[in-house]
Amino acid sequence: MENLIALLVAAPLLGAAVLLCGGRRLDRVGHWLGTLLAAASFVVGAVLFADMLGRGAEERTLSQHLFSWIPVEGFQADVAFQLDQLSMTFVLLITGVGTLIHIYSIGYMEHDERRRRFFGYLNLFLAAMLILVLADNYLLLYVGWEGVGLASYLLIGFWQHKPSAATAAKKAFLVNRVGDMGLSIAIMLMFTTFGTFAFGPVLEATGETSEGKLTAIGLMLLLAACGKSAQVPLQSWLGDAMEGPTPVSALIHAATMVTAGVYLIVRSGAIFNGAPDAQLVVTVVGAVTLLFGAIVGCAKDDIKKALAGSTMSQIGYMILAAGLGPIGYVFAIMHLVTHGFFKAGLFLGAGSVMHGMNDEVDMRKYGGLRKYMPVTFVTFGLGYLAIIGFPGLSGFFSKDKIIEAAFAKGGAEGWILGSVALLGAAITAFYMTRVMIMTFFGEERWRHRATASPDQPSAEPAAETHGEHDEPHPHESPRSMTIPMIVLAFGSVFAGGFFSIGDRFMHWLEPVTRHDHGHSPLSAATVTGATMVVLIIGVALAYVQYGRRPVPVTAPRGSLLTRAARRDLLQDDFNHVVLVRGGEHLTRSLVYVDHTLVDGVVNGTAASVGGLSGRLRKMQNGYARSYAVSMFGGVAVLIAATLLMRAV
Amino acid sequence: MSFPLLTATAVLPAVGAIATAAVPAARRTAAKWLALLVSLATLALAVTVLVRFDPDGARYQLTESRSWIAEFGVRYELGVDGIGVALIALTALLIPFIVLAGWHDADPLETKSSRWRPTQGFFALILAVEAMVIISFAATDVFLFYIFFEAMLIPMYFLIGGFGDRAHSGTDENASAQRSYAAVKFLLYNLVGGLIMLAAVIGLYVVAGNFSLQEITEARANGTLEMATSTERWLFLGFFFAFAVKAPLWPLHTWLPNAMGESTAPVAVLITAVVDKVGTFAMLRFCLGLFPEASKWATPVILVLALISIVYGALLAVGQRDIKRLVAYASISHFGFIILGIFAMTSQGQSGATLYMVNHGLSTAALMLVAGFLISRRGSRLIADYGGVQKVAPVLAGTFLIGGLATLSLPGLAPFVSEFLVLVGAFARYPVVGIIATIGIVLAALYTLVLYQRTMTGPVKPEVSAMPDLRARELLVVAPLIALLIGLGVYPKPLTDLVNPAVKHTMSDVQQKDPKPDVEAAK
Amino acid sequence: MNPVNYLYLAALLFAIGATGVLIRRNAIVVFMCIELMLNACNLAFVAFSRLHGNLDGQIIAFFTMVVAAAEVVVGLAIIVSLFRSRHSASVDDASLMKL
Repeated sequence: MENLIALLVAAPLLGAAVLLCGGRRLDRVGHWLGTLLAAASFVVGAVLFADMLGRGAEERTLSQHLFSWIPVEGFQADVAFQLDQLSMTFVLLITGVGTLIHIYSIGYMEHDERRRRFFGYLNLFLAAMLILVLADNYLLLYVGWEGVGLASYLLIGFWQHKPSAATAAKKAFLVNRVGDMGLSIAIMLMFTTFGTFAFGPVLEATGETSEGKLTAIGLMLLLAACGKSAQVPLQSWLGDAMEGPTPVSALIHAATMVTAGVYLIVRSGAIFNGAPDAQLVVTVVGAVTLLFGAIVGCAKDDIKKALAGSTMSQIGYMILAAGLGPIGYVFAIMHLVTHGFFKAGLFLGAGSVMHGMNDEVDMRKYGGLRKYMPVTFVTFGLGYLAIIGFPGLSGFFSKDKIIEAAFAKGGAEGWILGSVALLGAAITAFYMTRVMIMTFFGEERWRHRATASPDQPSAEPAAETHGEHDEPHPHESPRSMTIPMIVLAFGSVFAGGFFSIGDRFMHWLEPVTRHDHGHSPLSAATVTGATMVVLIIGVALAYVQYGRRPVPVTAPRGSLLTRAARRDLLQDDFNHVVLVRGGEHLTRSLVYVDHTLVDGVVNGTAASVGGLSGRLRKMQNGYARSYAVSMFGGVAVLIAATLLMRAV
Repeated sequence: MSFPLLTATAVLPAVGAIATAAVPAARRTAAKWLALLVSLATLALAVTVLVRFDPDGARYQLTESRSWIAEFGVRYELGVDGIGVALIALTALLIPFIVLAGWHDADPLETKSSRWRPTQGFFALILAVEAMVIISFAATDVFLFYIFFEAMLIPMYFLIGGFGDRAHSGTDENASAQRSYAAVKFLLYNLVGGLIMLAAVIGLYVVAGNFSLQEITEARANGTLEMATSTERWLFLGFFFAFAVKAPLWPLHTWLPNAMGESTAPVAVLITAVVDKVGTFAMLRFCLGLFPEASKWATPVILVLALISIVYGALLAVGQRDIKRLVAYASISHFGFIILGIFAMTSQGQSGATLYMVNHGLSTAALMLVAGFLISRRGSRLIADYGGVQKVAPVLAGTFLIGGLATLSLPGLAPFVSEFLVLVGAFARYPVVGIIATIGIVLAALYTLVLYQRTMTGPVKPEVSAMPDLRARELLVVAPLIALLIGLGVYPKPLTDLVNPAVKHTMSDVQQKDPKPDVEAAK
Repeated sequence: MNPVNYLYLAALLFAIGATGVLIRRNAIVVFMCIELMLNACNLAFVAFSRLHGNLDGQIIAFFTMVVAAAEVVVGLAIIVSLFRSRHSASVDDASLMKL
């Protein structure tokens, strides 16, 4: 059975290789091939899952050693896979949701002449993510980690002819690289501390080293996680990443990429358990991002960017839960899975809306679309209910548990984190309701579009072919797009309940992550009640502001906070002023220094040697008599010197 | 005595060089084919060396020894360890690609104003450089090494000064002036280094009485050859200075951007991927082998210089406007990594540094040669003159991206393996150094992606709209390099197996042991 | 007479010759001054020979005369050909040694 693990990775990797090297011949079948291989990977995953269920809880870990990768004196890295319950969960999520997104993309990317390549990149993304979750050591994980970064770079910048897309892709890769720096330092620390970086030995040996080392490793892992999972302060790439085609956003936000950070922290649980300080920082980062993302999500008019803010915030929940230690690991992963369903559904829904609206992304130019796109409306609506935590839907179960766990942390910390999580839930309800109302309800604002601001930038390039000034004709998307949305909607509705009945999910993951109930100062019912209250407040506020009053087509100036939130709370401005400008000045002055100073010293030496020899050359004037003078002079000096020596 | 395989590997390109130069002026194409065949035959010989070499056998293998200048104890001694074999293989591998990539670089120009450029000479000089580099990698006699280390400058000087890049922004005279400036700068820098080394070589003879690397190393190891501390340090500095110029290490680097910028892309690859490797190789073999104590003494300063090279080179690469100069500064950053690995004095660092030499050769060759193809299409080296190339020439853009990704050490490609080993090796002994060096990986991403973004993405500029994609010959150059980059990235074991025993010997030369992990040390 | 006086005379002659070489421009005069210096040397050699009581100095004086004779042959030939080509025998006009 364990020999099948490599097949999980091999299928999409093969797809990527064939599609990217195959050339134009494969244009007609490329998308089918890509989808088929993604599906094949899912089938293999399902087979392995069935096999795993058939075995006892403690015998479920499979491992497969492929070959010795970097064997150097004292340093051993292997290409070896490990499949346990945690990896299995991710494998099913990645391949399952990934395959659905592949199917969706067949329709969505139909008119793009580079569709084959798009599918090649999608397959590469899946393969990298699978390597990441299946690796049995941190270095191989690093390969997947950067592979995901590469795939996201290629996909975000898929429409490279748009400078904004190319810039966004570069930004994503660079910000991720900063995080990767953390991961590589963490691995180096592990190597010097434990002499190895394979999961098994490292996680077993955490007890044998000092807390300081563990804290250092933990913080470096957190830096890595911040990069990949778009947590403060490395979150700035996520919003810009919306430049990519919508299925890519769905893939990045639901199944791959941003979940990697959560995986890393949960996987390294043993390290964090031994380093309470690092855990505290993790929870703080999670809590800050949770609010940050939510606030940004409230202010964006671009439907994809609003959803991006929401992702940031939801991942913040997961990171917060992961920082709580054994109380929260299980819930972090559970929320991750349910989030995978509803966020993928929401993004695909957003893509479907854009598909029907000439690729318009500004929600202020939507409105009343429920009549024209019933399937999209229903699936998006179910995703909406799931994300705000409507009782009985997926998000309700997973988010509620995280809020409970935050309170269960105990002490002042617990109260603060719990309250932040509750506040986050209220804001989530507010901005998601806003998205929902602005898109599907209210007046049909797109009818007046031509008079509005036609120069509004549009994200999707297909707009060029459609003609931008035409009034859109909203229509339902083709079946290849709606079916994945329906499947995901099912997941959004039922996954949470299914996992929570009899604490199935907890028992499933417990052997890997361990679980601790903690001592909540509040009863579960109180927390649920409080969540419901803030939920209703959030929805009501949004309804009052956007449902009762007409939505202006051009955005009002807004308060200071709104304006700041529209600009991602000024983080980009900060980056621009400090990093970009500062960096430009630094490199420019260094170029100057290199040219004038370092090279100047060399050229100066050369010039002074040249000058000296020029002066010496003047002595060779060609007059025989002046040579004779120097000869006589020389002889005289020699004689004088000899006489002097004698005398002394 | 068995067949002198190493001599044959070096002599073949030398003979080939003479034969190529002797081809009549009218038969240009014949000269090209001859050069290509000779370089391929040399590759075959190098592969034989690789096969015949037993990594777990004696330290130096395939040894040859003949008396040469008996009065001064100079011997013609050749022999290779794993590091030498790897680098000889790299050299022999890259030359056919360089020849193939430079196929049209030395064709005579149609315009009258330019000089006539003899094709035969170009290819003959490349082969001559190959021969000298191979001897340098194989020489175990210090004097023999020195001669070829210096002699290499002559053909390189003519290659840089005589066959410049046609894509020059200025006028012909301007181009020619800058070219000769670059060539003279290259020559003077390296001559100064070489002369200081010559003094040290003579000093070594005075102290040791012979030039044999093996004998001196052994005598040093078992204590029969005592050296005064100050003598050893002066000699070490003499050797190191020459190698640091060649490598090049900050602040002795300024000749490289000029030389690489002004020469044609294949020659630039020859400089940075082949010739400069002799410098780092010699640090590993001669500095550490002959002067272990002085090497340890100088380590702190060298590590700081290496760190400066890494960060400074990368920052300057970000600030460049010229594609080739950008690659040159990136190389300076990479040489910083190599030197860091060598002087970290850990097994991981030194294995990593050796692997780095090979992988940097491959990755720079891939990036630089594709950049050369790009430049030859548009006739400009300025980044700002490009834009949107990937739309019109997707294969070119794709290979350029892979070359770039290799340069930024993406995991899965060969340079990652070596860079990570260097970082780990440095970190194990000097954590702060290791951490500062990781900044290099972020900056590498910056300059590579900025280069890619500005040249390949965005709206198609009118000047590049008619740009043809890669031709068959060009694809033949790039594809194997990329295949090797991926292959050695996924499965570097053959290379590490080759290098590990040699590194073990070097580590015992300098009498250093790897630091133990905390957990084990505690037990 | 004290042979040392011959040495004084030789030194005086040498000094006259040297000064002539340095300050006169005419090649013939310069040439004659060189001869004067050579002969001053000869005189010194012979005087030393006398002082020390062996013949080495006298033998060397013969050598010097032979060399001087050979030099005159070559030197005069050069001066004549220079004069023919430049219509001047001034040494400063023939600064050919400078590139």
